[in-house]
Amino acid sequence: MTSKPHPIEGTTPFDGDMARKGYALNKMCFSFNAAENRAAFKADEEGYMTQYGLSEAQKAAIRSRQVLELIAAGGNAYYLAKFAGIFGLDMQDIGAQQTGMSKEEFKAKLRAYA
Amino acid sequence: MAQLIGGLATSHIPAIGGAIHKGIQADPYWAPFFAGYPPVQKWLGEQKPDVVVMFYNDHGLNFFLDKMPTFAVGAAAQYNNADEGWGIPTLPPFKGEVDLSWQIINTLIGKDFDIVTCQDMLVDHACTLPLKLFWPEGEAPVTIVPININTVQFPLPSAKRVYALGKAVGEAIAAWDSSKKVVVCASGGLSHQLDGERAGFINKAFDLQFMDSLVSNPEWATQFSTLELVEKTGTQGVELLMWLAMRAALTTAGPRVKEVHRNYHIPISNTATGLMAFEVD
Repeated sequence: MTSKPHPIEGTTPFDGDMARKGYALNKMCFSFNAAENRAAFKADEEGYMTQYGLSEAQKAAIRSRQVLELIAAGGNAYYLAKFAGIFGLDMQDIGAQQTGMSKEEFKAKLRAYA
Repeated sequence: MAQLIGGLATSHIPAIGGAIHKGIQADPYWAPFFAGYPPVQKWLGEQKPDVVVMFYNDHGLNFFLDKMPTFAVGAAAQYNNADEGWGIPTLPPFKGEVDLSWQIINTLIGKDFDIVTCQDMLVDHACTLPLKLFWPEGEAPVTIVPININTVQFPLPSAKRVYALGKAVGEAIAAWDSSKKVVVCASGGLSHQLDGERAGFINKAFDLQFMDSLVSNPEWATQFSTLELVEKTGTQGVELLMWLAMRAALTTAGPRVKEVHRNYHIPISNTATGLMAFEVD
């Protein structure tokens, strides 16, 4: 592992260590740009994950649908967004999930910044 | 020589594309955001630029981690939009301004920027939505040169380096042997964070200070490292790098750069949205 600057609370900058760790997972998520790949994943999730060479930890994170677990497994926000899109989740669904709030609570948190 | 007539900056949330598609711009949720644009649309209608140089960040449509350029300059005759995986409508292709692409490429490499050149590149919502916001009726009457700045994989280029790149792009435009009118545009920001336990982070005070700095002291944000910018603005708020590049491009005009419009609204999706327009007198 390379040396890190001081950590930012609740934040995992996607650096070289993350890029190495998450390559297979992110490659699979990148494939979801194409509708036929989204359909292939939905038809056979386990087979699709194996085809992209996901680790057991990455497969478990995908099965969990939990964004924080996907990040821990090396997922990058830009590619994970395409995975979330398969389930029709928007950014408030994802934000609520990661912060342990209801969607309404999360939206209220955003409005409070205005 | 070509005329660099101004600079624009706007947020680019994917949900904007959905709202335009559904025609719900006047809904209470969206109205304070869309209300910011008519003055800029009017200004563009008067100024009639021919070309837009777009500083934006690809969100995993054209670039993957197999080959991740820090700076990539488009040199295509046509740029296609495509499915990004989450169902926002795909826009028709945009025409490239190939002569200006190569003018910028040659100038940048001449000034020691080791850029990637792309004669074939897909452009995502970050490149296309600003054009749709500025020219809502039909196709935008401009050609484009997209310049992609990496915000996907750290280390990102420093704010200082991005500023230097923008300045060099401005010099390339000013020295372009053409009678065309050019605007530079930034797509991204302002503060927001989509990922991690800190998802939903917004920093209004910093955003407003940043917008003010672009008017009178555009180098202000270059004092921060990119990780400091992430801390202050969020993992995606760091897209303000695009705004810095745009504003730096205008520095060739010196004190003739005037702010003509701005808007700031929280929230659209998870984002503090910003809009600014600068004119070169």
